[in-house]
Amino acid sequence: MKQILLGNEAIARGAYEAGVKVVSSYPGTPSTEITEAVAGYDRIFCEWSTNEKVGAEVAIGASIRGARAMTCMKHVGLNVAADPLFTSSYTGVNGGLVYVVADDPGMHSSQNEQDSRHYARAAKIPMLEPSDAQECKDFVVKAFELSEKYDTPVLIRLQTRVSHSRSIVEFGEPNEIEVKDYSKDVSKYVMMPAMAVKRHKIVEKRMEEIMADSSEQTEAVGMHEEHIGSSELGIITSGAAYQYVKEALPEASVLKLGMIWPLPEKRIRSFAKKVKRLVIVEELDPFFEKEILAMGIPCEGKSLLPITGEYSTSVLRKTLNPTSTPEQAISGSGLPVAPGRPPVMCAGCPHKGLFMALSRLKVQVMGDIGCYTLGALPPTSAMDTCVCMGASVGMAHGFDKASDARDSRKTVAVIGDSTFLHSGVTNLINAVYNQSSVTVIILDNSITGMTGHQQNASTGMDIRLSPAPAISLELLCESIGVRSIQVVDPVDTDLCRKKVKEELEKPGVSVIIARRPCALIPTGKGPKGKYARVDKDICTACGQCIRIMCPALTAGPDNKPVIDRETCNCCGLCVNVCPVGALSVGGDL
Amino acid sequence: MSGQALKTSTSSKCISVVLSGVGGQGTLVAGKLLGKVAMKTGLDVKVSEVHGMSQRGGSVITYVRMGCKVYSPIIDEGMADFCLFFEPLEAIRWVSLLKKGGTMIINSAPVKPLPVLLGNEKYPDRISERIKEAGEGNARVIEIDAKQTAVSFGSAKAANIVMIGALSIFTDIPESVWKESIEESFSEKPHLISMNLDAFQAGRDLVR
Repeated sequence: MKQILLGNEAIARGAYEAGVKVVSSYPGTPSTEITEAVAGYDRIFCEWSTNEKVGAEVAIGASIRGARAMTCMKHVGLNVAADPLFTSSYTGVNGGLVYVVADDPGMHSSQNEQDSRHYARAAKIPMLEPSDAQECKDFVVKAFELSEKYDTPVLIRLQTRVSHSRSIVEFGEPNEIEVKDYSKDVSKYVMMPAMAVKRHKIVEKRMEEIMADSSEQTEAVGMHEEHIGSSELGIITSGAAYQYVKEALPEASVLKLGMIWPLPEKRIRSFAKKVKRLVIVEELDPFFEKEILAMGIPCEGKSLLPITGEYSTSVLRKTLNPTSTPEQAISGSGLPVAPGRPPVMCAGCPHKGLFMALSRLKVQVMGDIGCYTLGALPPTSAMDTCVCMGASVGMAHGFDKASDARDSRKTVAVIGDSTFLHSGVTNLINAVYNQSSVTVIILDNSITGMTGHQQNASTGMDIRLSPAPAISLELLCESIGVRSIQVVDPVDTDLCRKKVKEELEKPGVSVIIARRPCALIPTGKGPKGKYARVDKDICTACGQCIRIMCPALTAGPDNKPVIDRETCNCCGLCVNVCPVGALSVGGDL
Repeated sequence: MSGQALKTSTSSKCISVVLSGVGGQGTLVAGKLLGKVAMKTGLDVKVSEVHGMSQRGGSVITYVRMGCKVYSPIIDEGMADFCLFFEPLEAIRWVSLLKKGGTMIINSAPVKPLPVLLGNEKYPDRISERIKEAGEGNARVIEIDAKQTAVSFGSAKAANIVMIGALSIFTDIPESVWKESIEESFSEKPHLISMNLDAFQAGRDLVR
């Protein structure tokens, strides 16, 4: 059977075919859809874990107990999971264990552009890199075989264009789930110095063996492909970059690597001998290039091609095959410049009212990762920092200590419900323990929004939307020792402003929970057939409501608001900001 | 306005289609639908999407490539046979993708971006006319009001299927394949099937 699948869906299909029993992940673009698709296979236990480290540890436990297990994350998620990653390399596996990591060259939806291949080298774990959806599925099946064969976790590296491209996948037969017996083995699973010293030697030997096999056993281990074309130019590449190479340089000889760590030295040597000029085409860091140069094989790479951003057919054509550039219909030089279209908060977005309050208070805002990072952009421009998941709370504490508590009168941390539970909570514990005076605002929209609406430990539902225990943010904060906890509706932007001001004045750690469900989930949708209404006779065209920048509200020719009834979510924010009462909630559809 | 149809089923070359608009306009659904159509026609196909932050009212672009063997999922400058622009500004932004001799379909309904709404920048006038002038002799530029047409069938949300209907006229893929694919695409929301089939037909009628 054939079906057209997203690369991420094909990873899930591969897990199903490989007889995987446990999948535990935290959402993160571009990896999220893998675990969502896994949820469609009833026989696999899957979960949204609270963070990537937790997800990895659940998978390690499942593997040692004897089941095949997988954990999926975006590149920065692997930083969070790096601790278990490195030591699971030493313990090895019982049931197969696979980490899937999705990089984001070009940073379509990420805060950095790191190259996860370095983790494979650093943690001494083999890494596979598929180049399309079919390979996504096949490589997962292969990864589990290799994991059990060599007693090692296996990394699969994706990138945005592989994760988020659909192509045709031919299905295989699903394997039965078999959970192996578990037997206690302290020398293998208890990593304290005496045992780990011995395990490290085993790891080094294992990697040497895999490296040799990757050269010798192309099909069974390496999954490399060699296409011999012209001897003038040879390319070594992998993943999405391979597709651009085939498109831009149809004549070139190509060695496409399937297992990208450890590198198949013999294989690379023999390929290099077949071509006059060897060019390494790899997105981001010169990872292959430096290794190949270290083998003493002359090659070019980053001297020709960029180290930042993603590659494309045209990037390769310009550098390596300039005469093949296709002719455009319209150059665009005579046309006006298109105004930019930065992403905006949705109509009815609960974050909007809170950020308007912060903007008017002119406070310093330690930001975090989520839809609300858009608060950094106009019209609110109310964010000073954004570093990584959970950082807002710790950074606010850092501001407090660095300024001898002076800045705590004008600094807040903002963090979403899912991000708070991911790693904000440990920061909050730290702030209470170390006697900070920070004000933390939890933007509780009852969902993990940015990645496309995944449940989390506070939403009352699990990954399959079955009822689950809901962590109470209030009780959690209370038990940590937060003295002042307030709950506000962010649409009431005046009240938000008042509460934030009050809490900033108080000593000690305060938490404000700004609670309203995301406008895109069922509980956050406004009443059907209702929308904001404008009384043009009362409206003075002052522009207050226009400045909200709600996608449902634009200025008419008379500068008075025009409501798009299809888009309006009837949240009432525009009603709240109107100084003359010209707007009301109601509608008459 | 019927031009010569692009031979997809017999072509050894890739047919590349760009679908670009604003987050929420349904370019993703339209792209997936094209993927289905290609597969039913027996072609290799790749559909590339953008998820995450840029979906929030930002500029979004979906690439669909179909043919005997498709490598790159991405369409670069001068590679697109067809560009479906769901919003006029996006036509200016991505005009360079269209190849010489390609066809561009522009939905005339504007969605003003933030800098324009704030009054910091101006929304350019006469976009389709200017593109037509610039593409004289090198491109076929067609403007339709897909939004209004879709509204007349019940929902502005079906504008994406009106656009697909317009595109379908320029290929040799049988109408039945398109219709089957639409039915399958909305199989989980069966109440939307007939409206989308109407929208598809209306799109065809607009450019015929």
